[in-house]
Order: sequence, then C-alpha cells, then structure tokens
Amino acid sequence: MIYDVKNETLPREELEALQLRRLQALCERVYANVPFYKKKFDEKGVKPQDIKTLKDVRLLPFTIKQDLRDQYPFGLFAVPKDQIVRIHSSSGTTGTATVVGYTKRDIENWGKLVARCLMAAGASASDTVHNAYGYGLFTGGLGAHYGAETLGATVVPMSGGSTRRQVTLLKDFAPNVICCTPSYALFLAETGLELGIDIRELPLRIGIFGAEPWTNEMRVEIEKKLGITAIDIYGLSEVMGPGVAIECAAAQDGLHIQEDHFLAETINPVTGEPVAPGEEGELVFTTLTKEGIPLIRYRTRDLTVLNTTPCKCGRTTARMKRVTGRSDDMLIIRGVNVFPSQIESILIDTEGLTPHYQLIVERQGNLDTLEVRVEVNEALFSDEIKSLQRVESKVMKNIKEFLGVTAKVKLVEPKSIERSLGKAKRIIDNRNKG
Amino acid sequence: MKVDQLSIFLENRAGRLAEVTQILSEAGVNIRALSLADTSDFGILRLIVSDFEKAKDKLKAAGFTVGRTSVVAVEVNDQPGGLHNILGMLQAAGINVEYMYAFVQQSGNSAVLIFRFDRTDQGIELLSKNNITIIPGDKLYTM
Repeated sequence: MIYDVKNETLPREELEALQLRRLQALCERVYANVPFYKKKFDEKGVKPQDIKTLKDVRLLPFTIKQDLRDQYPFGLFAVPKDQIVRIHSSSGTTGTATVVGYTKRDIENWGKLVARCLMAAGASASDTVHNAYGYGLFTGGLGAHYGAETLGATVVPMSGGSTRRQVTLLKDFAPNVICCTPSYALFLAETGLELGIDIRELPLRIGIFGAEPWTNEMRVEIEKKLGITAIDIYGLSEVMGPGVAIECAAAQDGLHIQEDHFLAETINPVTGEPVAPGEEGELVFTTLTKEGIPLIRYRTRDLTVLNTTPCKCGRTTARMKRVTGRSDDMLIIRGVNVFPSQIESILIDTEGLTPHYQLIVERQGNLDTLEVRVEVNEALFSDEIKSLQRVESKVMKNIKEFLGVTAKVKLVEPKSIERSLGKAKRIIDNRNKG
Repeated sequence: MKVDQLSIFLENRAGRLAEVTQILSEAGVNIRALSLADTSDFGILRLIVSDFEKAKDKLKAAGFTVGRTSVVAVEVNDQPGGLHNILGMLQAAGINVEYMYAFVQQSGNSAVLIFRFDRTDQGIELLSKNNITIIPGDKLYTM
C-alpha cells in the first residue's frame, strides 16, 4: 500500500522536474530571507538564477552542523518567528545544540511524510501505534506521533522509559505497530519474558526502528524475538526528523528517500565532490519544501550508497543503504547523540580531570553501553578508594545530567590510553563487530 | 613521628603489580610494609619502603601515578587485645581510621600497625599521651 501514490511513484523525469522547480524556489527564498545563506551564496559567487538544472545543486554551498550551532538559536530560520509553530532541538550541552523550527505547513508535511513511512512499513489507518520514542525536544516522539495521526491510526503516546508498563500496555492495548529504537525493542522483549509476557504472541506486527545505527543481524534478532517485521526508518532533526526515508516492507532493501521533499546527494566526505553511482559517500540533503528552516546541501555525516533502480514495491524514489557508519565522530547511544567533545567538557568541568579519555561503546545483550575511560593524574589521585570512586560517580552523574545517557566511568593509569599520531582516538565502537 | 607512605594507582590487570616490584627490586628498594586496596577497576598499592624518594622517582619515571601520604606506625605487643586497645582510644577521641594494615615483626614479640587517620596530628597526640609506642619513619624504613 502506498499512502501518496501520485508523489511516491512519479516517473523519474517528472520527479526531477518537480525537484528542480522546488530547488529554484528554495534558492530564491533563502537568498532573500536568510542573511547567512545570502552571504554563503555571495562568497561562492552563485545566484539563485544560476540553478538551471538539478546538477547545478553542486554550485551551492554546503551547510554543516556547526553552522546551525553558530546560528543558535534562530539564525537560520527563513520565516518570521510568528510563523513558527514548533521548535525542536538536538541533545547537547552548550555549543553543540542545534535548533530547528517548523511552520504550520512544515508540521503538516512532516505528518504526511511519516504517514507515508508508516504505510510503506505495512501499517494502515486501522492499526494502533505504540509510540515509544521520547517526546519533547527530540523529534522522534512527536514526529512519529503526528505521522500516525495523519495516517488515521490510533496512537498510544507512550514515550520512553517505564519499560514494565510498556510491556503491560503492549499486552492490554494490543497495538499492531511499535515505534522505538531497535535496542529498546529487544529490551522490551526481554522485559516481557521476565513478566511472563511473550511479545511474539501479541498482535504486534510491525516495528519501525530508528534513531541509532543498527545492523541486519540485529534486525534478524528483533524479528525472531518479537515476531514482527522490523523496518528501518531514517531521519535527522536538522532535515526534518523521522520520515526522511524508510524501508518498504515489500523489499526491505534500502530506505526510500522522500525525494519530492528532500534532494539527496552523496559526496566524498574529504573532497566534497560527488561520488559515482553505486559508491559509498556522505549523504547530503537539500530540503526542497521546508519553510521554517530550509537547509541547502546539509552534510549529514552519514555514509551510504544511493540506488535509483526501481523497487518491487512500486515506489520510484531513490533508496539509500542502511547507515552503519558516520564520517565524523558522533556516537548515538540508545538514540541519544553523544559527541566526544561533550564528554570532554564534562571531564574538564569535573575538578582535577585532564581530558585524556576514551569512549568505549559496546552492545551488551541488546543495549548500548558507554564506558568512559579517564586517565588519573597526580592532582586527582588519592590514597583512598572512596575519594577516587567519588570522582567516578561525579563524572557519571554529570554525564547523565548533561547528556542524558548512563555511562560507566573507569579510571585508568596515565598514558594507558593509546596516543595515536595526531588526532586522538577517542572512540572505540565495538557494536558492529562479530 | 609521621611515616611517609607511597601510594600507587594501579589498574586491575595482570602483571601490573609485578612491574612495581620489579622497578623497586632493580632500584634496590626494600618493601617494609604493603597493603593493596582494590575495586573491580583499579587498586591502590600502599607501601612503606626503605627509600621513599628513590622509589617515588623510579616509579614516576616509569609512568605510575604516585602519591605521598602521612601515616602513623604503632608498635603493640603481639597478643590478643593489642589492636583493640588502640581502636578503643581512637573511638573515644572521635578519630577516624581511614584505613590500616599491620605486620608482625620478625622477632614475633610485637606487631606494627600502620594507620591512616582522618586527623593525623591529633591521632599522634592521643597515642603519645597514652604511652603507645609510635615508630618514627627513619626507624621503620630500616627495620
């Protein structure tokens, strides 16, 4: 089933014509309304009228996450504040948060796009959707919520946490669809077994999972343990939120990008040049229809391969390969973005800690675990166990408070963290290994 | 009256303690007393050695994090109640023992108790007043 048959199955030529019209209008809009973009366009010597074909998108400047930070909070908004009806923000301490704003029409479009995703995943208006993405500034919860309502489904706005209650409601409310992070889905299955509830025996049919990288092995495990079809959804708050792309249940072979709203490119992350079709590159999005905070060539840092061959589901939109790597060092721990720089700030703020540290990410059982290894120094060292443990728990508490993730803090000997040439190797991510 | 104790931060991994003892051995430093406190992740090795400065310098040069702590060494008769008597005094005076360790002297007649107090000076004063034998550092290092 296809939610928006016309737009999701446009012949390639028509789709591209639509994209070009929207791109041209977008360039006019940002050039006229966003001083940041006017300056960037001028610096590159490009005018909106220079965009004559879709390929001309390459003439346009990139936008990076730092630009959003630099323009914090509202510097990239393209409409007056009174037209903004919703604000979302990424996680992060000062200096790393990014803010996005939506107009009424943006929210409507977002709802429709997520509705398309839900239907591509196999859901329909008669389904009940258990939404366990966090509500609030994070786009996951409300994004999925509005999408499910737009589809006409029944939404259970569960949000995150209260795992035992979640399991009880899965049984009592009998939803057919669940939205959450993939690791949380497995956690729910385990918790269910502890409570004597086998999720496989419930009416739950489809899981729509995103907000953290996951592998095909994990999909197999989820499908087995929950007795459902596990679908990968992709999005990022800067571009919109969930619903930028989704796997279709019919093929489960790459995520359909909603190309009538988002122009996708893949580039070489080092040179910025386009990569050849079929090759892996950094995914770059230009938001074609967004009013609140349109972005020109936003570098996602996600690495993927684009595929424009027709899909057996009937959609004509390009598909992106499941994202398993990033070109920068952002970690996604249980759906929360964590940058080493944030951990660094916390360590620096915790008295006596010089920032020689390393982040070790593992998947233990089904949940991501973060261990922060911190080298001791003489200022910090004490002959008493309890004072060292006090330091550990202080750092742990600060990480929890500022980043919202639970980390284990482990003090290690000086110089025991490998010093690589030049850039420190801050992250050891063992999640996708064997 | 205080004794210098060398404290060393150790990660809990195989062979780490042996590296310390090797360094001390090669430096010709004798270990007078030793205590190892540990958690699942790390340990703190506390040593009374024959040559504090030398041990500290060698260990620091080898990349260990070391600290100096003032502890108090007390000699008691090696018989039941020896330690209890002292702890009773400390309790009455409200002096807290952060940690302690002990060893029996070769002769077998007396035991040496090493104390880390929360208030070291008051601890020494109290013990002296009660005629408890406090072993000065230079004597302990060469015992």
